[in-house]
Amino acid sequence: MNSSNTSAVESILKEFEEDRTRLMDIILAVQQRFGHVSDEAVQTIATSLGIHAVEVEDMVSFYAFFDRQPRGRVRIRLSRTPISFMKGANEVARAFEEALGIPIGGTSADGAFTVEWTSDIGMADQEPSALIDGVVLTELTPADVPGIVAALRAPGDDGGPLVVPSHPSEGAPLPKAVVRSSLVHAGALLSGPRGPGDGIRAALALSPEQVIEEITKSKLRGRGGAGFPTGMKWRLTRKAAGRDHYVVCNAGEGELGTFKDRMLLTEFPDLVFDGVTVAGYALGARQGLVYLRGEYAYLLGALQDVLKTRRSLGLLGTNICGREGFDFDIRIQLGAGAYIAGEESALLESLEGKRGAPRDRPPFPTERGYLQQPTAIDNVETLACAARIVEKGATWFTALGTKESAGTKLMSVTGDCARPGVYELPFGITVNELLELVGAPDAAYVQVSGPSGHAVAPKDFGRRIAYEDLSTNGSTMIFNAHREVLEIALQFADFFAGESCGWCTPCRVGTTLLRQGMEKVVAGRATLADIAALESLGNTVMRMSRCGLGQSAPKPILSTMRNFPELYEARLAPDSFTPRVTLQDALREAVAVQGREPVAEEVEV
Amino acid sequence: MSGATFYISVDGVEIEATEGQSIIEACDAAGIYIPRLCHHPDLKPSGNCRVCTCRINGRNGSACVTPAAHGMVVENNTRELTDDRRAVIEMLYVEGNHPCPYCVASGDCELQALGYRLGMVAPTQPYQWPARKIDATHPDIYLDHDRCILCSRCIRASRMEDGKTVFAFEGRGIAMRLNVDAEGGLGETQMAAIDKAAGVCPVACIVIKRHSYRVPNGSRRFDTAPIGSDIEAKRKGRKL
Repeated sequence: MNSSNTSAVESILKEFEEDRTRLMDIILAVQQRFGHVSDEAVQTIATSLGIHAVEVEDMVSFYAFFDRQPRGRVRIRLSRTPISFMKGANEVARAFEEALGIPIGGTSADGAFTVEWTSDIGMADQEPSALIDGVVLTELTPADVPGIVAALRAPGDDGGPLVVPSHPSEGAPLPKAVVRSSLVHAGALLSGPRGPGDGIRAALALSPEQVIEEITKSKLRGRGGAGFPTGMKWRLTRKAAGRDHYVVCNAGEGELGTFKDRMLLTEFPDLVFDGVTVAGYALGARQGLVYLRGEYAYLLGALQDVLKTRRSLGLLGTNICGREGFDFDIRIQLGAGAYIAGEESALLESLEGKRGAPRDRPPFPTERGYLQQPTAIDNVETLACAARIVEKGATWFTALGTKESAGTKLMSVTGDCARPGVYELPFGITVNELLELVGAPDAAYVQVSGPSGHAVAPKDFGRRIAYEDLSTNGSTMIFNAHREVLEIALQFADFFAGESCGWCTPCRVGTTLLRQGMEKVVAGRATLADIAALESLGNTVMRMSRCGLGQSAPKPILSTMRNFPELYEARLAPDSFTPRVTLQDALREAVAVQGREPVAEEVEV
Repeated sequence: MSGATFYISVDGVEIEATEGQSIIEACDAAGIYIPRLCHHPDLKPSGNCRVCTCRINGRNGSACVTPAAHGMVVENNTRELTDDRRAVIEMLYVEGNHPCPYCVASGDCELQALGYRLGMVAPTQPYQWPARKIDATHPDIYLDHDRCILCSRCIRASRMEDGKTVFAFEGRGIAMRLNVDAEGGLGETQMAAIDKAAGVCPVACIVIKRHSYRVPNGSRRFDTAPIGSDIEAKRKGRKL
């Protein structure tokens, strides 16, 4: 790295005050500036932060959006999910391969393009989608691809840097660079007039303890899937001793098929920021953090603008809404491509600029969270609910939903249905009612709450969406009878294997073994003993893993075994034993070296 | 440690524990062996291997990172836990390349010893055959990544005990590897053969050169007694 590059890294380090805990932002800026994080940059960063190079590498190598080696100047990432495949992602991928003359995963010879798969980018209602640098493209068809590639090439014709226009000022937008509104059906939470700060003003009419009391009475539970009572979380955090208290808004939304938090942040950012600020008031916090997944970087500019406006309105900063001593501000931390960072303790590690490996509990984040201080981590939707609850009262909220599941739930609906999108529905609705609403009369399989949730077969379509029955983070993927359930389960298994953080053995190794076992099933080569072994392995991974990722990674396999046993039976190998590797596969390397297929053995007649 | 004592129950045996102790520390002191791999008595626990998973008050948790608390009910030696622990040991076997018959650590290897203790005959899962390199750049130590089980003992020892931070993880998931603090390999780091980090490896990943066969096969630690028997020799406590 030449000296001007070194000084560019140094000025990035100065921008973040050479703060070790801001390593995420530092690396994001270096990656953005140079397209990768070189050995020299690692060294410069380590020296400046007073840590070892190996610690910087540890963190950088963890995130999918950071590179240690230069790749193409334009990064094309195609969303790889069961839904995107249904909608034709494979065909779009072939079109990119053809237009660029490189295979998926490759970089063009001139160093201009890298095209690769990535995990779900949160556009499941408008697949196939892609991320080109920070820009989101949706509803792609193979016919769009030549135009996209031409538009990307145009500015680089003179050999200058390629610019992906993320803003109209940077040139004509790329074809299909549009994210359309995802909200299809608004309920009590999202309807009715409200202005920025309504939630805060309602909260300030109460004491912080009374706010927590109101949230507790509302029976609000975490909307990210775990369902922990929010009032209790806030009370524990408030009463925990610490130098500072923090509220963290979890916008890591990485579960396959979910995008309701993106919708909230796009269309109701003031409601969400009201919720964060209300939590700040209730907890006695001075700082709120929003952890925004790297895939949603395109929202960052607009969200920063909203924050700026809120500061000018006195809704953030010092003496908020004229309340002496209520000082609070919000910082948005961008992630960099790691599903596990949505797990709350992994999120904290990531926020502190480390690899996103979950922490052991106890201590819980409510006692020792961000920077070892008491921290409440709440889902985007949970905080939006909290803002509304203080505005409208706990009884308004408990009048909605069921006895154990108060309020409404934002459902991200995708797949084989007429009207995909976000639906705000009261808890207690049955799967059948939901399917009717979204236009899915021929649903044969519904994956509720993402791959870590439930594979629901038609016999269970009478079950209810509620914490006491089918609990969900909102992800609802609908498949008709023409879809291959076991192949979808394999895609889910593959997703978990790719997103395992690697910290603990059962998840690191087990998720890969599960994927391999499922490959054998799908190939029709698994015997009854193989299926029994796969089930046993799944149960071990579930019981022995350290965090929710490993504990739920076997679910797509185990729950399809339970609910669709006939599909496993149909693929069963009739033999008592089949080798893991076919003779053909075993010989593949030798065939490649020799350049010829083995000669068939002569059969004596 | 404040020194306040209380009791926990482990497989129906009541044992004394001290405030600040983890379950595994309390059990070690009482002579109850909980199988473990990444835990080392001199290092801060990190919960990587999950072999010490016990049923704690009805839920699974790692004994090395779970603080003992008064009245806790712990299940350790059960059929299900033994099966799960053996499955985890098998995973480590197939993840790396572990040729016990000609490995320098045979008889002194905690992974091998746990395989024997937990009744592993041969791995039932497919070998992954990863391509990993040997780092022989250091004059006194070599790193055989084939054997690394990512237990993080050397990482913790180098950071906390040696104050050197020679090691860290790199990558994630099944691609995760042990990394050293120099582009040119271990030889360019601050590592010395007398470091704590050089002596805590449970397998034969960190090997001191020219020392390997000082103790011949057949008279090594686990050739003479199963792993954990040193702890079990201290057995005390009373049956509930």
